[in-house]
Amino acid sequence: MGALKDLILIAIGSALVSNVVLSQFLGLCPFLGVSKKVETAAGMGGAVIFVITLASFVAGLIYRFILVPFDITYLQTIVFILVIAALVQFVEMFLKKFVVGLYEALGVYLPLITTNCAVLGVALNNVKYDYNILTGVVNGFATAVGFAIAIIILAGLREKMEFNDIPEPFKGMPIVLITAGLMAIAFCGFSGLL
Amino acid sequence: MSGIITATVVVAAVGLFIGVFLGIAAIQFHVETDPKEEAVLAALPGNNCGGCGFAGCSGLAAAIAKGEAAVNACPVGGEPVGNVIAGIMGVEAEAGEKQVAFVRCKGTCDKTTTDYDYSGVEDCTFAAFTPASGPKTCTYGCTGFGNCVKACPFDAIHVVDGVAIVDKDACKACGKCIEACPRNLITLVPYSAKHIVACSSKDKGPVVMKACQTGCIGCQLCKKNCPSEAITVEDFLAEIDQSKCVSCGICVEKCPKKAII
Repeated sequence: MGALKDLILIAIGSALVSNVVLSQFLGLCPFLGVSKKVETAAGMGGAVIFVITLASFVAGLIYRFILVPFDITYLQTIVFILVIAALVQFVEMFLKKFVVGLYEALGVYLPLITTNCAVLGVALNNVKYDYNILTGVVNGFATAVGFAIAIIILAGLREKMEFNDIPEPFKGMPIVLITAGLMAIAFCGFSGLL
Repeated sequence: MSGIITATVVVAAVGLFIGVFLGIAAIQFHVETDPKEEAVLAALPGNNCGGCGFAGCSGLAAAIAKGEAAVNACPVGGEPVGNVIAGIMGVEAEAGEKQVAFVRCKGTCDKTTTDYDYSGVEDCTFAAFTPASGPKTCTYGCTGFGNCVKACPFDAIHVVDGVAIVDKDACKACGKCIEACPRNLITLVPYSAKHIVACSSKDKGPVVMKACQTGCIGCQLCKKNCPSEAITVEDFLAEIDQSKCVSCGICVEKCPKKAII
């Protein structure tokens, strides 16, 4: 029971309290780039959830069974990049062959997040906080869910903002950044949860 | 020293393993794609702009290979790319000439009457929620708020004097403005089409008379005078069949409201 409680705490912690975008500032490029429409934002969120969950599992295995025994944990960044990039390629091929529906749903977003810093960041965080493979995967999944929540909320706000009378200097990216900042402040409220 | 060697060997081994693994996977999971599709994809510009309406260049390549899209469907590559793809597909680039978007309204600010002064959200879809569907009296015409301008990826449509107007040469016929216009004013016409009815009002003559100095009142004069029977009048609105039009220009002269360009 205690282990389950820990997992739930980790999940809530990484999805809401230390949200990957809004308090760790990882994965900002897709957060600002693909958040114009709720639909595309949801596609991106789905792809990120999928990739991060898998990547934290594989990176956990690599860390535990290759880097630690050979005592080369200082190479984690470079090895994780290598492995994650290859993993995404492999997953894409696999999905194209066997799960065409999912492949088409994730579409162009899947290869796009190969080099996303949030993916690498989660793998490195798992090492930093000394998570085992199960907690690492849960952490990865929850972090990605946090990303999806943030990007979908921002996309919803941006859709509404289209119709607003925004002062000329704030049009475009400035107002989006201000919105993201306000969202980050709002997400601070979640810190009372834990 | 041995630490460096271990590190190099291990990372190289991981890299090699991944390389071989991906290579095998690529063969194992190879999905038979039409070789034509790959050739078409190689010929496309590869910007993945979506101007063609498909999800990126690979989407269009698949559609062209299946024959669902025209060989010259890429608005960015235009004619040169169209010809290359036509060569791959073994067909002539469609003889059908270039289409361009056309806004069927010429009710500029000085030609139309307005019911009230409007200041608020500059958006065509919002106009539908304002009293009498926007400030202009005519409920069919261009509101001039420019949803089409925002939608155009090629900067080919602009609102001039309260009406959207298409720059024929910049237009790539991608259809984004047609989708964006809530009043369905925009249609594709042949590039060479000389005479088009620039009005979409289905109101009866007297109503149009009050709302717009240049709206079609459905008087049928153009239809009666057309030598090639290219004009039909339905719902008090004339329509020219471009395939029958001989560009004689009689309809333009006869139109009492100058609604035909």
